[in-house]
Amino acid sequence: MILAAALLALPVVAGLGAYWLPSARVRMGLLLGTAALHLAGCLAAWRLPCGPASGDWLGLDALGLIVLTVASAVFLAVAVGSRAFLAAHAQRGERVFAGCLFGFLGAATLVAESQHLALMWIGMEATTLAMAPLVFHSRTRRSLEAVWKYLLLSSVGIGLALFGTFFLAAAQGAGRPLILGDLVLHAASLQPGLLRAAFVFLLVGYGTKMGLAPLHAWKPDTYGEAPAPVAALMAGALTSCAFLGLARVTQVMVAAHQFAFVRPPLLALGLASLVVSAGFMVWQTDLRRLFAYSSVEHMGLLAIALGIGGAGMFGAALHIVGNGLVKAAMFLAVGNVILLSKTSESGGTRGLLRRAPWTSVLLVLGLFAVTGSPPFALFVSEFAILGAAFHAGLAWLALVIVVLFTIVFVAMARVLLRVVYTAPEPGASVLAERPALVAGPALLVGAVLLLGLHVPAPLRAVLADAARALGGNAP
Amino acid sequence: MRPVHELLLMLVVLTDFWVLGTGRLSSTIRAAACQGALLAMLPLALYRDASPHMLALAAGTLLVKAFWLPRLLTRAIREATDRREVEPLLGFNMSLVLGAVAVAVAFSISPGLPIPGLRSDLLVPVALSTVMIGLIVLTTRRKAVTQVVGYLVLENGIYVFGLSQAERVPFLVDVGVLLDVFAGVFVMGIVVFHMNRAFDSLDTSNFAELEE
Amino acid sequence: MTLTAALGPLLLFAVAPAVTGLANRAKSALTGRRGAPVLQGYADLAKLWRKGVVYSRTTTVLFRIAPVAAVATAALATWLVPLDGVSACVSFAGDLVAFAGLLALGRHLLVLGALDTGSSFEGMGASREVTIAAFAEPALLLCFTLLVVATGGLRLQDMLGVPLAHAWSAASPSLVLAAAALFMLSLAENCRVPVDDPLTHLELTMIHEVMILDHSGPDLALLQYAASLKTALLGAVVVRVFAACLPLPPAVALAVLLPGLALYAAGIGIVESGVARLRMQKVPQLMAAAAAVAGFGLILLLR
Repeated sequence: MILAAALLALPVVAGLGAYWLPSARVRMGLLLGTAALHLAGCLAAWRLPCGPASGDWLGLDALGLIVLTVASAVFLAVAVGSRAFLAAHAQRGERVFAGCLFGFLGAATLVAESQHLALMWIGMEATTLAMAPLVFHSRTRRSLEAVWKYLLLSSVGIGLALFGTFFLAAAQGAGRPLILGDLVLHAASLQPGLLRAAFVFLLVGYGTKMGLAPLHAWKPDTYGEAPAPVAALMAGALTSCAFLGLARVTQVMVAAHQFAFVRPPLLALGLASLVVSAGFMVWQTDLRRLFAYSSVEHMGLLAIALGIGGAGMFGAALHIVGNGLVKAAMFLAVGNVILLSKTSESGGTRGLLRRAPWTSVLLVLGLFAVTGSPPFALFVSEFAILGAAFHAGLAWLALVIVVLFTIVFVAMARVLLRVVYTAPEPGASVLAERPALVAGPALLVGAVLLLGLHVPAPLRAVLADAARALGGNAP
Repeated sequence: MRPVHELLLMLVVLTDFWVLGTGRLSSTIRAAACQGALLAMLPLALYRDASPHMLALAAGTLLVKAFWLPRLLTRAIREATDRREVEPLLGFNMSLVLGAVAVAVAFSISPGLPIPGLRSDLLVPVALSTVMIGLIVLTTRRKAVTQVVGYLVLENGIYVFGLSQAERVPFLVDVGVLLDVFAGVFVMGIVVFHMNRAFDSLDTSNFAELEE
Repeated sequence: MTLTAALGPLLLFAVAPAVTGLANRAKSALTGRRGAPVLQGYADLAKLWRKGVVYSRTTTVLFRIAPVAAVATAALATWLVPLDGVSACVSFAGDLVAFAGLLALGRHLLVLGALDTGSSFEGMGASREVTIAAFAEPALLLCFTLLVVATGGLRLQDMLGVPLAHAWSAASPSLVLAAAALFMLSLAENCRVPVDDPLTHLELTMIHEVMILDHSGPDLALLQYAASLKTALLGAVVVRVFAACLPLPPAVALAVLLPGLALYAAGIGIVESGVARLRMQKVPQLMAAAAAVAGFGLILLLR
């Protein structure tokens, strides 16, 4: 409990301090230090018992711990990347940039630690708003359009999620209001009609924030226009937080024996996301938008995993780790491409292997990691989810997913390999790949690779805990 | 006669229709401000004991929804040359009809939602219809300011629903709503302001650069 | 038929021009002018009645029927309304449709008369009149439906009479909404601002005034009287809906009608002084708003 509160207080205090600091250098140093300290605290939380006591508003259960650690790791990589990004852009708007990053970290921590669903909602709202100035950082018309779509759709989504939260409170017959533990404990006393209404609104609300089709319209535009570190943070941490919201609701629904009601909408939205993203990726030539659709695809897979249940829950928990890390790494790597050629259009960059070898390697490794090839962690999680689908008698679903994955792989490989393996134009510039530019994504991809080779016992235990909380089991 | 809160709730629905039926941006904002003022009176009318909590909620709502946000939006359109909703995706008559249908749907489904401890049986249908009308405005209008007002109406509906839970989940809920509206519209207002500068217009159909 | 029931329409016939005069006077007062005397309408009628008539050679008998028909339909409709709050002179199940139908018939003949002149101005006015009517009538019937549901009676005598007084205790919000919608509709039916401006004489914007442009002398007097009678009649309906909240003996109810009509006229004056005339395309929107208000009242009632 104390550790949880400390983790929450750290970015808030540091952010307030950073805002008054006069020097940009010191501020970025503080950002890095805070990020590192936050990650260290998260890792300490794996060792120390800090689960929520009954009735606590804050505390780290298995699911929260997983999401918080992912968010924290992604944040550290993004903090490193932001420094390089701002240096390349003459430090413009750096104070606001850093302030919003701190704000986001605090909000994401609040989401992950909340055991009170209204408190979690406040955290979710704060993440949305903290992101808006970051998306608008370049202040062009295109980024204005992107931030408008992002704000409008996310705000409506978050509003509907609040509506759903109220329905959940109204459905509650016993226990302290909206405390997750009490909701699960007294699940039998929840009024079914109101509970279902709550689920529908929360699914639409948090689904919009996750970017599930058909509520994904903001995602390609926002990821395509936001600065690369911001897009990395959104794809890696923001969507993970949104998923946590959906997972919490599913947790309550499962406890209330409403899984049969939950399954069809989750599967439908998830499948729609897969189909839509695969369809749009075939024609996509912009790297950032390509990965944005990839994010839609993976969020869809997570929704499907929640809808399958059983070992699918374990798969979902592992997938959130793998997807968060690798997606952030990819956006940071694409950021390097943009530094080199000022565009993320695949047509604008040739012969990346010669011009930015490290980034190229990262992009190719990332291609295999994102598409769920062995030996990366996403292979393990996707394998678990597909296995669970077969186990649950949804073999058709597994087959459809495999077909769509194949399409996605071809579409992504087509674009990425063309960027990497073509011959560079004569006289093309070369990117000075300083360690700050490649260290973050390299560490993230490395982590995904290691987790694919071996899931350590403590992680496996926590993942199994999370799966059990969601009514599933470890495979 | 009927209790005051029923009257207030009915007036809330009428302001919904006002937002639906008007094309002038300033009139839309005025409608939202009126609705905000009605909502500020609602907790006092519903919970007669006038606890400090309810008084604070009413004062906060009045300040944020009836004064602050309308002023912000008015300032955002002050420099705009074109202050009318020119061609909404759905005509004003059709959106009024659709709004009436939404109200009918809300009233017909709300008996199926037996919410415990309700002070007024109008609360839920009015909340639902306001949420739906907010969504209609959001999706069928082109001007950024009208869309923000649609969002505001949507939030107002959620607020009305939240009042039914204000006793069971105190503070957090109302703080949440106010924070949401305040911060959300505040940020949107800034974006609208930038939009005005960048495009000389508040028409979101200018937003066609980002297509696939 | 009681004495008060028979007296009601006669009273309305007598005060009709004064209602219009009062509305214009209120508007003048609110816009900082003195305005014509309230009783100016009677003087105008008397003056016109003494004048001769000019008929265009292109017109037929339709043109001559129009003024008489306008007065006759409005007068007949008056007999259907229980002005004393208890009983109407003529009453049968479904007479609400007859009421709407009589108003529509009067308008129909007026439009025919206007078209008969063959003038393009009159044609335009007629077209606008019919457009507005097409939107106003469903809304009017929606209001009546609300009253039928609230009172359970299919006769105007019930809808505006004693059963309405009982309905007030149970369904006051709906009835307030119905009265508000009826008021909005009466502005359209009576060709007042914001739908039409009775004082304008710019042909391109007029509706009612342009239709009677070719009438003269006693014919014009009849048409003007018919217009004010319709105003008073719809005003009386609005007043009845409100006044029913206090059950009164018939004689008192009849007496209350007069201050009620004065308030109604003042209401028109307030609206006219505060609102600009709507563009023609916007008028359906007003009717749709009235229908939405009445529809909301109906939903509240059926809940």
